[in-house]
Amino acid sequence: MIELKQLTKSYGKKNKATTALSKLNLTVNKGEIFGVIGHSGAGKSTLIRCINLLERPTSGEVWVNGANLTSMGKGELQQHRRKIGMIFQHFNLLSSATVYDNIAFPLTLVHTPKAAIDKKVNELLALVGLEDHKNKYPSQLSGGQKQRVGIARALANDPDVLLCDEATSALDPQTTDSILKLLLDINRKFNLTIMLITHEMHVIQSVCDRVAVIHAGGIVEEGPVTEVFLKPKHQVTREFINRESTGAEALKLALSSLSSGSSRQVKITFLGSQTYDSLLSQIVRETNVNFAILQGTISTIKEVPYGQLLVSFEGDAASIDRTITLLRERNLDVEVMY
Amino acid sequence: MWGLDFSLVDWEEMGQATIDTLKMLGASSLLTFIIGLPLGVLLFVTARSNSAFFRFIYRVLSLVVNILRSVPFIILIVALIPVTRSIFGVSIGVPGTIPPLVIGAAPFFARLVETALREVDRGVIEAATSMGASTLQIIRKVLLPESMPGLIAGMTITVVTLVSYTAMAGMVGGGGLGDLAIRYGYQRYEKEVMIVAVVFMVILVQLLQMLGDRLVAHFTRK
Repeated sequence: MIELKQLTKSYGKKNKATTALSKLNLTVNKGEIFGVIGHSGAGKSTLIRCINLLERPTSGEVWVNGANLTSMGKGELQQHRRKIGMIFQHFNLLSSATVYDNIAFPLTLVHTPKAAIDKKVNELLALVGLEDHKNKYPSQLSGGQKQRVGIARALANDPDVLLCDEATSALDPQTTDSILKLLLDINRKFNLTIMLITHEMHVIQSVCDRVAVIHAGGIVEEGPVTEVFLKPKHQVTREFINRESTGAEALKLALSSLSSGSSRQVKITFLGSQTYDSLLSQIVRETNVNFAILQGTISTIKEVPYGQLLVSFEGDAASIDRTITLLRERNLDVEVMY
Repeated sequence: MWGLDFSLVDWEEMGQATIDTLKMLGASSLLTFIIGLPLGVLLFVTARSNSAFFRFIYRVLSLVVNILRSVPFIILIVALIPVTRSIFGVSIGVPGTIPPLVIGAAPFFARLVETALREVDRGVIEAATSMGASTLQIIRKVLLPESMPGLIAGMTITVVTLVSYTAMAGMVGGGGLGDLAIRYGYQRYEKEVMIVAVVFMVILVQLLQMLGDRLVAHFTRK
């Protein structure tokens, strides 16, 4: 649905230009929620703004729904932009227009008949749950309500793609979750492709199907969220994930106090329904190995449960090896750490 | 009272002068807005354009506006006498004052428009661009409505400035309250007429400012 080819964006004059994006390739499939995570300054904002050409890339191509936006003239680009919805960190609503008129705005640009506008706007108001606020002005709304107006406005032209530029970064955690839930609902209801950028792993974890980690203008890691999240490869990815989990210091202390003799530390990852099964205790009973839990988490990735346990096995080496083999036979991911 | 005798004031003449002032003010304000608003929008849009051609246009427009704004109004009146005569056939009376008033005030108002438009949130303009709005649609549906309070405040300042300009325009026989104040008070030492004329002008400015402030408050949504 979105394809970026060798996308490069640099600012400033030739000899002292700073490069925000360098030869970046990326594909977003139809119907998926694709997340891009990165620190501020990594180039993620430039990336999403290049997709609807709010920023014109220095070189490279942007394809959306089979059309090459970078090769278009002004008029044609305006046509195609109508099918790319966008929501913003600071909402960017018209302060002089009511909620109703803000949502109607994109429709008035294409001279939609009044009755059709009214029908569409009322549908959207119901979708985002703002029926009672339609005659209010943005200054009378809360942040979450403003973003709901932003979402309704972005959907007015039945877009193929929705771009979310740090859409929840200005909201409190609870409001963030309600907006993320709304995005997920919309994605499922209309099979709408969503691309979002964020600096919060939590956002990726809650709604995204696939994720790309951007660092210094390039993508350093990309894949399904479950894979990238549970088995991060790049240093930057690890930093993002570790920020979510607490107790890194406590873990260090636990590891240093362990006897180095006949024990081994492994990280076991449970995914999906396995998460709630008593696999570990069944297996250690069989192999006669004892274990101590050093660290454990249980959570969800886009409503799929997962658990991660860092355990220390104690026993003879052969039994520990057998335990690990048995765990792997049950399709658990086991990583021997020490 | 203070040795003043207001019975000397010719109220009929005062009434005529008030009407002349209002005529000058109404006509020149209207034309100033009609010329200054598009000029201000043009200044704003060309200054931000990506095309080198439009930025060149901006520099030319900006230079012309600055030159017109730096010429003292009284000199502008005299310099424009031939122009005025070629338009109206006369260079005196109420019509004679309109061209210098408009040419003096329109560049001033254009700058106020440009400043008001700059206050519009860039993000909102960007959002409209992302929805496929054309430049004209952005001007009509985003820039002008969003800057309405600033535009009205600019109009108020411009009309009030025009009140004092009309007084100067009285010097070339334009008539009006300012002319009356200068002729009777300054040249004939009839303080009473001057005081009444000035009081009338003060009241006029107060009313205009009050109306402007009300409208600004009405259109402010932030």
